[in-house]
Amino acid sequence: MATELARAVINGVLGGGIYALMAVGLTLIFGVLDIINIAQGVMVVLGAYLSYALSVHLHLDLFLGLLITVPAMFVIGVIIQVAFIRPLHGSERTSMSLLASYAVAIIIEGVLYLVFGPNYVTLNASYVTKSVALLGFHLPYIDLYGFALAVVLVAALYLLLYRTRFGRSVRATMQDRTAAMLVGVDVNRVAALTYGIGVAVTAAGGMVFGASGGGFNPNSGYDLISRLLALVILAGLGSIGGALVASVFMLTVESIVDIWQPSWSIVVFYAALVIVLLVRPAGLFGRQAARAQ
Amino acid sequence: MSSATAGSAAQAGTAAAPLLPPGARSVNLTRTGVFVLLLAVSIVFPLAVTNQSANSIAFQTLIFVCAAAAWNIFSGYSGYIALGHAVFFGSGAYAAGIAAEHWHVTGGTEFVLLPLAAAVAALIAVPFGLIALRVRRHTFVVITIAIFFIFQLMAFNLNGVTNGTIGLNAPFLLWDPVTFDQRFYYIALGLALATIGLSWLIKGSRFGLQLRAIRDDEDRAASLGVRAMPVKLTAFVISGAITGLAGGLWFFFIGQVLPQSGFDPLFDLTVALMAFLGGLGTVSGPLLGALIIEPAQQYMTTAFSNSYLSQILLGALFLAVVLFVPRGLIPTITEKAGGWLERRRPAEQAGALAVAKGEKP
Repeated sequence: MATELARAVINGVLGGGIYALMAVGLTLIFGVLDIINIAQGVMVVLGAYLSYALSVHLHLDLFLGLLITVPAMFVIGVIIQVAFIRPLHGSERTSMSLLASYAVAIIIEGVLYLVFGPNYVTLNASYVTKSVALLGFHLPYIDLYGFALAVVLVAALYLLLYRTRFGRSVRATMQDRTAAMLVGVDVNRVAALTYGIGVAVTAAGGMVFGASGGGFNPNSGYDLISRLLALVILAGLGSIGGALVASVFMLTVESIVDIWQPSWSIVVFYAALVIVLLVRPAGLFGRQAARAQ
Repeated sequence: MSSATAGSAAQAGTAAAPLLPPGARSVNLTRTGVFVLLLAVSIVFPLAVTNQSANSIAFQTLIFVCAAAAWNIFSGYSGYIALGHAVFFGSGAYAAGIAAEHWHVTGGTEFVLLPLAAAVAALIAVPFGLIALRVRRHTFVVITIAIFFIFQLMAFNLNGVTNGTIGLNAPFLLWDPVTFDQRFYYIALGLALATIGLSWLIKGSRFGLQLRAIRDDEDRAASLGVRAMPVKLTAFVISGAITGLAGGLWFFFIGQVLPQSGFDPLFDLTVALMAFLGGLGTVSGPLLGALIIEPAQQYMTTAFSNSYLSQILLGALFLAVVLFVPRGLIPTITEKAGGWLERRRPAEQAGALAVAKGEKP
């Protein structure tokens, strides 16, 4: 029992690292652009498929392939923002941007179906199937590497946001868009780059997701986006630290529930969200002001 | 107290359109004409067209007319974009299915269960609304999605009640296959007309004005005396009940409900897209949206052997609407038509403008 519990906690923390990476991208996009990027889930799947194509056709190592897929996803993100998100204005911008990003999601999903078909695929590499004995547990290498990658990337994002001039302009835009504009921040540029970065990190998340999960197909984005949305709302929209905590916490809880009730474990996600919002409408780490918007 | 708010909402409305354009009367007349024509066509349709697949598409289109109009009664008027109405659709279908099985209802008497489907959906809408309507904007959207997934998972997992992945079958109808689609069509037509009528009544009522005041500025509406929560919740429950009724009827027609067909995430988005395409918060917008999208979607799935292509096209249509007609077809067309009629009568228009400016004509 105790070993099962310990294993569940380890799995939860390792998986939580990957979700944290993807959730940070989502919450960053929300903070700067004030939109919910419904396409984030299918972007993860797109990232996974890009890694898949590189590894199958060019026999590129999965981690090495990230050097191509991450910049590629960044460019895709910037293009989507400039073409479809930036032109939206007016009082209905919130709902319009939801619909626009959803439309982008179903188009990408359709294209993925056309190119790769509906069958489930998995990413393969020597370290995906091998595992290491650590503290009496057999842990797949990919989970460890993936977690390490997530930690490195989240740390890099943190440094970018809190230690660079660009990061300061991003945070300024998150706090007050108009004021940021007044002090000379090019908010349009910040918005496009932030969307690009938020999407680019999903390439890394997608690779690990595709390698460590039980396979994926173009439809996998829906399950992902609903979990990611639950995580960022639970944490409080726009809270980066909160997204990290919520991801690790929820994934751990899910894998613990999974021991007894595998078919109900995902319900925990949504039920926790509903309960938290009953008590704290702004989320666990959200600013209360967010509610008055 | 709340009449003051209603006044402010009306003022907001006049501020957007300071003068009733001279073309407005003709536009109204045209609108009535189009509606009467549409009604006549929809009554004659199944008698004139006997093609079975066309009739089936027509029935499903009417179901979506109901669902989109019902969605619009809440989301369009209040501005709260709900992406979880499949909860009501699926619950209505399941309620009808479970009741029919439990009470051994067979044949034509099954339609007695439709009010039950609506009642169950309404009962679900009360706690759903009480939870979700505490938050606004993005958070509201996401919480409706979350509650939707909870319901879908319950349909999958509560084997004893919902029969799990196998789903439920509707009672077998001993109707003549020739008139089968026709009868369903007319029931759905009645329901669609009733929903649009209700939507129209609500829009013109004090209740409707309160909803639109909430959409414009909820805090101000509340400070002027609109009891926001009961108003929002009432609209949510009405909207949910109609969607549940439509779900029950759809279930009897299709004959089977599965967790993924009753609680379908695409349903959530399709009804929203229909309302947006036609014009959010207008009476005729969701009707127009449903009349365009549902037949197009059904046609594309049969025309292309490849359903992915139709999915991409739907997405592209979606994007085009958001980018080029963000306010929806009905408001855009009305404005364009009004402007066109205005230009046709320049002299009259100049006179009206002079009056508006307070000059002597």
